[in-house]
Amino acid sequence: MWIALLICLVLISLNVVVGVYVERKLSAFMQDRLGPTEVGKWGLLQVFADLLKLLQKEDIVPFAAQRKLFLAAPWIIFLSIFGAFSVIPLSSGVWLQGSQTEMGLMLLMGIISLDTLGILLAGWTSNNKYSLLGAIRSAAQLVSYEIPLGLSILSVVILSSSLNLQEIAGQQGIFAEGEQYLFGIKYTGIEVGSMGGILTWNVVRMPFLFFLFIVFFIASLAEANRAPFDIPEAESELVGGFHTEYSGMRWALLFLSEYGIMLLVSILGVILFWGAWYSPFPNIGRFVLADWTNGTPGTLLGTALGFFWLMMKSYILIALQMWVRWTLPRLRVDQLMYLSWKVLTPIALFFVAISSVWSLLK
Amino acid sequence: MSAISLYFKAILSGVKSTRNGMALTWKHAWSARKSRNIQQVQDPEYFSAGENTGIFTLEYPHEKIPVPVNGRYQLHNEMDDCIVCDKCVKVCPVDCIEIDPIKATGLVGHTSDGSPIRLYAAKFDIDMSKCCFCGLCTTVCPTECLTMTSEYDFSVFDVKEHTFGFANLSPEQADEKRQLYEQFVAEKEAMKASASVSVEALENKEGDEKPVAKPAFKPSFKPKMPIAKIEESIPPVVENPATEPEKPAAKPAFKPSFKPKIPPKTQDDHE
Ligand code: SF4
Ligand code: SF4
Repeated sequence: MWIALLICLVLISLNVVVGVYVERKLSAFMQDRLGPTEVGKWGLLQVFADLLKLLQKEDIVPFAAQRKLFLAAPWIIFLSIFGAFSVIPLSSGVWLQGSQTEMGLMLLMGIISLDTLGILLAGWTSNNKYSLLGAIRSAAQLVSYEIPLGLSILSVVILSSSLNLQEIAGQQGIFAEGEQYLFGIKYTGIEVGSMGGILTWNVVRMPFLFFLFIVFFIASLAEANRAPFDIPEAESELVGGFHTEYSGMRWALLFLSEYGIMLLVSILGVILFWGAWYSPFPNIGRFVLADWTNGTPGTLLGTALGFFWLMMKSYILIALQMWVRWTLPRLRVDQLMYLSWKVLTPIALFFVAISSVWSLLK
Repeated sequence: MSAISLYFKAILSGVKSTRNGMALTWKHAWSARKSRNIQQVQDPEYFSAGENTGIFTLEYPHEKIPVPVNGRYQLHNEMDDCIVCDKCVKVCPVDCIEIDPIKATGLVGHTSDGSPIRLYAAKFDIDMSKCCFCGLCTTVCPTECLTMTSEYDFSVFDVKEHTFGFANLSPEQADEKRQLYEQFVAEKEAMKASASVSVEALENKEGDEKPVAKPAFKPSFKPKMPIAKIEESIPPVVENPATEPEKPAAKPAFKPSFKPKIPPKTQDDHE
């Protein structure tokens, strides 16, 4: 729907403004600094000042670069990330989901993979050794981490028996059809489907999904090129990595994509594991908190509330990403591969097996 | 240790170190609710954070750390107390003080500590961009008018602005003082030439001696001799060659720039 398209566009743009500001402040606080303070109250306008600066900058294309591809690469990166938003349900109902395709999750993974193509293209066509090195690393990293990412998503799909993100989201709360039992085990005899809230979120329905969420989270950090997996753009060794040669608005586009994918993987994590757009409050006796805080799907209030909860949870995840970034040093290339192939992939495979068995118990 | 237990150990230590790291950054983010107290470096607690945790940033122009009272920062000359003795110029290792002295025809006044002032300074420039903040000039200053203030933020856009002028004479006033002095000297000379034969004889005798001694002397030594001899009768050094008709032979060898520096010393001696 067109509403979803516009909202996603606004969301990505706003996200970069909020994200950059929050990241600056958060990193500052973790390092006993103050962060921006001078432009506007508490430095709130600093991001706009930076954007203004970027707008005025010259869009330089290196002489030896392959011009057309060089200019197109940021758009490929941005569009692949923006495109992935099309299947994301931003709230209950049909208004805030671009495409209700049944293959949503599959499509999303496919579109995100195009990101690698854009990065490789950007690095290759820059005709710069740093860009090329960054691009090569990035390709290796993204291809490796797509496996644990895919496996952790697979477990959720096994649980939900659906690839449609709206369906996966809807199962995790009071609007779901059918009965649900605590921890997904009928044997417990505690029916939680009508209680909703945190009790029906996927991580509670299948408790070991928490470990898979950690796998997902680590893989998503790598997917988003965030520290400690930021070797494609390792500033200290590769200048700017694959985007070394970009300047001005084209660089801003890359930046937009970087924060866009942060938001994307956070929303995806929330939808898959943390109850999507449901509020965390369950119905307890006469206090029907879940009913109060979720509204009715399809109504304006219900849509707004769903959007609110989804964003709240996503931003907690984004804050977590930032927290990790400002804590852990960058991994070496071999450590990166070790972590992906020897640690995360076996763990993810193990839990996929468990979740298959678990879903038989239902 | 078997490979498999090594593998799990490595994972465990990875998890542990991640947890510890995250706890550490969280601790800092949490304590960022408050800022540290501003501490001077003399504070015994300065290097041990102790309870003083939180944001370290000092928002500089808005808040400042108090500087030590004996800190060496920007120089200031209290011109009214300066006797233009030139000592600071001589001691400065980087030659950043420049004085253009003009002798007064008499006593100009007294400094606040009672020293007589006999010279004006047409120029008293301190080039702070050259200054190495050694503080020597303030140590030698006899009247303690040259001091180091606690002002350390004096950055400028043009390095020329770093030359601070302390002279309190305007160029016109300086010219006037200079003329007054020249006039005074000329009058003295005229008086001396007409009235005092004995002095002239003395001068002549000197003139006779000089050609003999001259080749051996370094020019810079010379001015001192005649001055010492004639001091009782006339004010010592003559600034302008034109006003010194008696010593044409000696003249070319003198460096004029040395001359003005001598009288202040002799005056000091008199005090
Ligand atoms: S502080 Fe040292 S360098 Fe600076 S003016 Fe005085 S003597 Fe010269
Ligand atoms: S030493 Fe002191 S009194 Fe002498 S010229 Fe310098 S500032 Fe003036």
